[in-house]
Amino acid sequence: MPDRIAPTAITAYTAISALGSGRAAHAEALRARRSGLRANDFTATPLACAIGRVDGLEDAPLPADFARYDCRNNRLAWQGLFADGFLDAARAAIARHGAQRVALVVGTSTASIGATEQAYRELDGGAFPAYLAEPRLHTPHSLGLFLEAVLGTRGPCLTIATACSSSAKVFAQAERLLRLGVADAAILAGVDTLCGSVLFGFNALELVAPEACRPFDAARRGISIGEAAGFALLERDGAGPRLLGHGESSDAHHMSTPHPEGLGARLALADALARAGMTPAGIDYVNLHGTATRKNDEVEAALLADLFPASTRASSTKGWTGHTLGAAGILEAVLTLQALEHDLVPGTLNTTTPDPACGPQLALANESRPLRTALSHSFGFGGNNCILAFGRD
Amino acid sequence: MDELLVHIEGIGWWTAQATDWAAAAAQLRGEAAPAAPATKPAAALLPPNERRRAPEPVLLACEAAAQACAMSERDAATLPCVFASIHGDLAITDAMCATLADDPLQLSPTRFHNSVHNAPAGYWTVATGCHAASSATSAWHASFGAGLFEAAVQALADATPVLFAAYDGRAPDPLGAVVGTAPAYANAFVLGPARSARTLASLRLRHEAQPAPAADAAHDPLAALRPLFAALAQAGPSYMRLPAGRASALAIEVLP
Repeated sequence: MPDRIAPTAITAYTAISALGSGRAAHAEALRARRSGLRANDFTATPLACAIGRVDGLEDAPLPADFARYDCRNNRLAWQGLFADGFLDAARAAIARHGAQRVALVVGTSTASIGATEQAYRELDGGAFPAYLAEPRLHTPHSLGLFLEAVLGTRGPCLTIATACSSSAKVFAQAERLLRLGVADAAILAGVDTLCGSVLFGFNALELVAPEACRPFDAARRGISIGEAAGFALLERDGAGPRLLGHGESSDAHHMSTPHPEGLGARLALADALARAGMTPAGIDYVNLHGTATRKNDEVEAALLADLFPASTRASSTKGWTGHTLGAAGILEAVLTLQALEHDLVPGTLNTTTPDPACGPQLALANESRPLRTALSHSFGFGGNNCILAFGRD
Repeated sequence: MDELLVHIEGIGWWTAQATDWAAAAAQLRGEAAPAAPATKPAAALLPPNERRRAPEPVLLACEAAAQACAMSERDAATLPCVFASIHGDLAITDAMCATLADDPLQLSPTRFHNSVHNAPAGYWTVATGCHAASSATSAWHASFGAGLFEAAVQALADATPVLFAAYDGRAPDPLGAVVGTAPAYANAFVLGPARSARTLASLRLRHEAQPAPAADAAHDPLAALRPLFAALAQAGPSYMRLPAGRASALAIEVLP
């Protein structure tokens, strides 16, 4: 097992999703049990499903200085930067530490493939139309290139693209950079946006529910896909909640199906708890991956029931936001931190009859109770798992 | 800490002209001519069914990674791994975007799950039974330098050997015409956190806030890496700077 790590300060953080822009909008939606999901009005080819869409991106191009990066994914990133004054906090950290001492670590799964899809829809004599013939839009690193240009960081800069664990793993990577002393601050981002690839791709895998997703419900029928941008600023010291631990693992089982006994998830959990110096009994709340697929929820419900006491409360917030894929790790980290700040256990929206595999930990209704520590689960294709542990300041 | 010191315990290599590190090293030393071009990597560690169906980037990455692990005599199942690529799988991106433009409901489920950037990491961990952390990274034309740095960070942060592999496949048009096409390649290192009897050479890495000399990475990602691998082939000391970001570089000192 890994050694215990020192807590890392999260000195600024925010998110934008179908629930709105900023921490307060997210906390308020959780409290009011107001879902951001709506009937799919995104795809030109009809697809009966619910989506978590951010309004207004179509009419909000990037400023002229960044026009070469203009695409839905970077537009959402740009809007997210202004939520809760995150851009100001990031720039202040860069001024404080020096640009070369600030790392930029981003997680995404879609990146800007929506722009590539568009170029193929608009091929001109077999070639991309001129306005989309920008190589910076057709790379998994497009978000990193855009944010590096906006922020002017000169420390390590990297995209992690491990499907639905991408923007959880950015926390682990940032903590290592700070622990080794190769950076003094790390700006973390996770952004994924709606596009044909994920909507029709998950549909082809028969993993998309025709209605709004019902995590852990006995009658669940699959995921609802959403979009989001999340940001966090990590430093060794400072005011704010704490990253206490992180655990990463691989299922070594299958490209798109979780290990039947959740072996990888259990290894990631043990690793995260060891780094945090905690046991399951010390965890007040778990924000579950809870996608509402048959398989994920069955495996995760068993893990929860096996390993945690009934005093640990747990829920999936995907009924609010949809599954935001590469952004889910950081969006749900933000929701978890809001749960801690407000002593609020969000329930599991849309779910009425829990799967029999669920233990007493699963909260369906919202609960108000003191919360000091929490976990956030993220599991992705390729059997890629990451679990984060957080604590109050 | 300004510098990361890691120790190469194994090297993997695949291009059409040199399908393993011994062949590549002989060519880099000028002792051998390029071999008759191979068509695709053997990737013998994959089960025959998967080897037949796996996308090119998976074969490339798994072949180089397996070579590096074999040379290091480390058990691949125990090694955290970092797979870096400039583009991911452009052939799948091309096919998926063409289908989405034509008839989105015909999108292939297998193609979709193979389209994730961590497909090589996924196939690798399944084939080797590896439960350690696996990562898939990109930094556009700085992908090798930024990925190598991340692998070194992991090796030193947890005092563990780490597998690092970098690869890119071919790019079909019309995407290739925009992002640049280059011959397929893969290379890999097993990096140890401490010098040992397994050490072949050491690397001193430093992230620097000055840009590296521009290399034509779009057309030949390997060109920028040639000095590094030539130094390793010659077992001599060397110093070079690779792109690591928009205005930053990875300084690499090779210590035999």
